[in-house]
Amino acid sequence: MIEEKFDAIVVGAGMAGNAAALTLAQRGLNVLQLERGEYSGSKNVQGAILYADMLEKLIPDFRDEAPLERHLVEQRFWMMDDNSHVGLHYRSEAFNEERANRYTIIRAQFDKWFSSKVKEAGATVLCETTATELVQNDKGKVIGVRTDRTGGLIHADVVVLAEGVNGLLGTRAELRTRPKPENVALAVKEMHFLPREAIESRFNLKGDEGVVIEAAGTISRGMTGMGFIYANKECVSLGIGCLVSDFQKTGETPYGLLERFKSHPSVAPLIEDSEVKEYAAHLIPEGGYKAIPKLYGDGWVVVGDAAQLNNTIHREGSNLAMTSGRIAAEAIFQVKSRKDEMSAKNLSLYKTMLDESFVMKDLKKYKDMPGLMHVNSQNFFLTYPQLVSKAMQSFVRVDGTPKAEKERKSMRAFVEARSWVGLFGDAFRLARAWR
Amino acid sequence: MHIVVCIKQVPDSAQIRVHPVTNTIMRQGVPTIINPYDLFALEAALALRDQHGGEVTVLTMGPPSAADSLRKALTFGADRAVLLTDRFFAGADTLATSYALATAIRQIGETFGAPDVVFTGKQTIDGDTAQVGPGIAKRLNLLQLTYVAKISGIDLTGRTITAERRSEGGVQILQTRLPCLVTMLEGTNEIRRGGMADALRAARAEIVTWSAKDAGVEDISKCGLRGSPTIVKRVFAPSARAEKAVLVDFSERAPADALIADLFKRQPKLEDELSTLARGY
Repeated sequence: MIEEKFDAIVVGAGMAGNAAALTLAQRGLNVLQLERGEYSGSKNVQGAILYADMLEKLIPDFRDEAPLERHLVEQRFWMMDDNSHVGLHYRSEAFNEERANRYTIIRAQFDKWFSSKVKEAGATVLCETTATELVQNDKGKVIGVRTDRTGGLIHADVVVLAEGVNGLLGTRAELRTRPKPENVALAVKEMHFLPREAIESRFNLKGDEGVVIEAAGTISRGMTGMGFIYANKECVSLGIGCLVSDFQKTGETPYGLLERFKSHPSVAPLIEDSEVKEYAAHLIPEGGYKAIPKLYGDGWVVVGDAAQLNNTIHREGSNLAMTSGRIAAEAIFQVKSRKDEMSAKNLSLYKTMLDESFVMKDLKKYKDMPGLMHVNSQNFFLTYPQLVSKAMQSFVRVDGTPKAEKERKSMRAFVEARSWVGLFGDAFRLARAWR
Repeated sequence: MHIVVCIKQVPDSAQIRVHPVTNTIMRQGVPTIINPYDLFALEAALALRDQHGGEVTVLTMGPPSAADSLRKALTFGADRAVLLTDRFFAGADTLATSYALATAIRQIGETFGAPDVVFTGKQTIDGDTAQVGPGIAKRLNLLQLTYVAKISGIDLTGRTITAERRSEGGVQILQTRLPCLVTMLEGTNEIRRGGMADALRAARAEIVTWSAKDAGVEDISKCGLRGSPTIVKRVFAPSARAEKAVLVDFSERAPADALIADLFKRQPKLEDELSTLARGY
């Protein structure tokens, strides 16, 4: 029997959990953080890109000591068909700034460091400890958790669920339902090790400059999904993910997609002669605004992936995780300093604060995007990339055909594939979902 | 009763590789674990403490990051952890390591009470020498029981300990006087999980950290690289040996006869020697 009662228990030590535990500990609360992995980061999977802005709010001088890989100076978007890609590249010297905005990171290393900050702030961090049950009193208020260690119930005023995308604890306690297959993507990734010089010459980088490639098109075989390639210091992270419901429907395999992506003529030269040292798979919340479960209740709040907070369009997951973790902690601190109870009514402050932040505003802006991409996945991920590639091919190839005829032919191909109504409809729906 | 358990943080050998060009061990990014034999020692110590009362102190020498292993040992239920860390200790072979550990154990004795038993694992999985345990025993003038599979019992009034020692072809049951040093083998116990109370205590525990001076080291030249007569001449990865499987035809002879005929065909000398021997009967 553990006598001690904590101010807060944070379940999970990913970005959301660490941000929450750090903030709570910094505000002087007695915090217990539980992590099932051997250390923070051992179970966490991400591409990964870190957005500096939010971390700066938590740890202002993080750049001095955090294990960062490369700061991004270039963003490439690729629309791919089977043997070509049409790219939009943005590179700017402005990104070579003292306090860079985005970095590639390796989560296993970064999270370990992040966790050391949580410990320094005074939180009690227990790894290799799985929270197995949220314990509620007869009125349904969450009063603590049970773990897979002997010793029974651990009491706390409030439990912060930062347990990740599956949300098992919340689901088991019937505070929510499990995420639906159409609202989560399954992503697989590999780490390809290469000498530093090889990465820098292949990606056109110098020093610690980095580049990100986001790719969509026939690589996902008509499913809603994306591929990515991130340059780290001495390795390249490469992966692809698609909606779980699409995998169910098509019978495609994640590793099959990854192999095809790797052997694509635009990708293969980037990772040639590399050594794969690591592979991982993870679910990513993709349901957007409409898939967000209830965010708070009597004695609990939910943050990060567990709250399905992920901006698919801008590839911001860990950013929203950190932000929601910090905001939840701030809300708890405010309730606590008013000496109020951690009731649903008081904890609704978290939702109010989150609504006012960019997190909910951004997710609301794109609320129709996941649905659009899902319903029209064949068009957006197969038909259009192929048409665009053909049009580009025709545009740049010099073969004696008059240019006007080429343009007519390309236009005709679009109309034949989607019809005028379809084309305008897609354009309209896309514009509306973007607005 | 006071028990000291010496542990070592080692790279997880399942994940270690030798660099193909430089032949050095690639430790970067390889996760560390507590040397598995040390866990059998730790569990034996914890079981004795649970039965007879007292305290278990875990001791390690290593870089500051070795504190992670000590904290883990506390999670399993150890009462106290001592980290011996100093740049003077770097590059130590078994002679210098046993000197440093023996000195620290003497200091632990003076600070926290003289140990009745000192436990070590049989050997570490990164060095494989099995010399440090006996080296400590010699330096501290302790009786030693090596290759112990199981502690059968301890008699605190009679000051004796009984243990099962695994040897070729059997098990020896040995009894000796306390204090003594025991090096443990695998096979009869498994490290416990550690309850919530131990985990909480471990997460917050202060790890006693000693420099060479704190540990009472008087002769610094006996420590680290300077105190290590061992010279590593070369490190290399053995080339993989692939023995081809042999298909033996059983159609014409009974299996045993066919196998022996095949064996003799490959080892003609063996056939001669065996036939000469057989002639004697």
